[in-house]
Amino acid sequence: MLNHGDIIETIKMIDEEHLDVRTITMGISLFDSVDRDVKTFCDRIYEKITRLAGNLVETGEDIARTFGVPIINKRVSVTPIALVTPGYSEDDMVEVAKTLERAAITCGINFVGGFSALVHKAATQSDLNLIRSLPRALKETSRVCSSINVATTKAGINLDAVKLMGEIIRECAEATAEADSIGCAKLVVFANVPEDNPFMAGAFHGVGEGECVINVGVSGPGVVSSAIAKHPDADITEIADIVKKTAFKITRMGQMVANEACRRLNVPYGIVDLSLAPTPAVGDSVAHILEEMGLERCGTHGTTACLALLNDAVKKGGTMASSHVGGLSGAFIPVSEDAGMIRAASEGVLTLDKLEAMTAVCSVGLDMIAIPGDTPASTISAIIADEISIGVINNKTTAVRVIPAIGKDVGDTVMFGGLLGEAPIMPVHRESSEKFIGRGGRIPAPIHSLRN
Amino acid sequence: MNAVISVIGKDRVGIIARLSNICADNNVNINDITQKVLHETFTMIMWVSMDEKSEKDFVSLAREIEEAGKEMGLVIHVMHEDVFDAMHRV
Repeated sequence: MLNHGDIIETIKMIDEEHLDVRTITMGISLFDSVDRDVKTFCDRIYEKITRLAGNLVETGEDIARTFGVPIINKRVSVTPIALVTPGYSEDDMVEVAKTLERAAITCGINFVGGFSALVHKAATQSDLNLIRSLPRALKETSRVCSSINVATTKAGINLDAVKLMGEIIRECAEATAEADSIGCAKLVVFANVPEDNPFMAGAFHGVGEGECVINVGVSGPGVVSSAIAKHPDADITEIADIVKKTAFKITRMGQMVANEACRRLNVPYGIVDLSLAPTPAVGDSVAHILEEMGLERCGTHGTTACLALLNDAVKKGGTMASSHVGGLSGAFIPVSEDAGMIRAASEGVLTLDKLEAMTAVCSVGLDMIAIPGDTPASTISAIIADEISIGVINNKTTAVRVIPAIGKDVGDTVMFGGLLGEAPIMPVHRESSEKFIGRGGRIPAPIHSLRN
Repeated sequence: MNAVISVIGKDRVGIIARLSNICADNNVNINDITQKVLHETFTMIMWVSMDEKSEKDFVSLAREIEEAGKEMGLVIHVMHEDVFDAMHRV
């Protein structure tokens, strides 16, 4: 028989502490849809996505109702598009993006991920055409997300791609300038990108995946924060234990929802992603967890240490609760999507340099950060190069999703609304990195990539 | 399947009567009730089991119970037992 207190605890987590399953993401392979003719390809992928994911939203809502656990997002990820579009022109790529958008609308999902290219060593013509189509593709669609992998620990860093992405991010910002440059919020540049990540904007269905798979992303910063708040005088070892136990409970719930979704949709189970994903809602913030540990404000000295502990404890607790863990799995620190980060950044306590240090100990990277609209492309590329180096050297995933807010400067704020939140413009260094970025070429893989 | 019905709110006459009637009408069997009134706040946890038919109609049944709760000024959750098992049992 269940304990009375346990039941109340669970209900309180859901009602007051924003415990939810953040996303059920269906990964769909598009390899069987390949055709030289763009129209045939578009017809096939529209048919396949709407056939497999047609019931995804309804099933997700049914599960949420039965178990009383909110499931916030139901989404789809597909095979990186540049791998299945041989010889397509930039115009063709935009057509493909629009088709993904139509399929997303038909299925009732808010984001579809996988308008992606893997260029960590070098780019094919399809990769380049997809990347160059991004400013238009992201302007003319609202639900399509793109990710570009520019480096791996095995291959090193493709500095040509890093340079190109700085330029493309600027172009995306300019193309969507009237909407606070929102195009950039749907574009993320990766190192060591995972192939089974259920979270947007970086989700795609990797090349080693099967026909169709369900990946689930859990959440619950509010639950962790409340659990720590109940022990104001605990020493740091006890705090780590509290986080582990809480992460275990959160993940068990995610695993249960994943199993149930797979059963009802008759699709194999992939992974549970153990990320603590914040939302702009009050009480659903990763920054507040760090502050609950004893920091006056997120971003001050001690932030990296607290985040390292949090990230590690979440993984330890979550791993035991799930049969397969994957994706990004760690605490997210997206500035615009986290009420505590927004406040700390507005007050100038949390800076870009500190965020970069924080990404060395957590997933995923410099995420949802608004920078001045006149930031040169080469500076954006250099921000990417720094962040990607952290991932390559440390054998981990890192990523950059920055938004140069056209026409805005430090002191202004960009408003995206919904889960994407709002972001104060953060200052960047004004000294030029142009010559470094302009060199091009590849940064060689680190020595520890030679493991064989 | 088993479900857990949790009720919190201001005490009044007929809460259990109303809820157990809804259960009976839907062929839902009550296995156990834990109930307390503390400072006029009514709290109750009810374990129920459902046959195949009521399980199929779980969503509408849960809605009916939660609506009844709203009418009586109570917060009621109807949840599958598995969610508690998953979180609190290794």
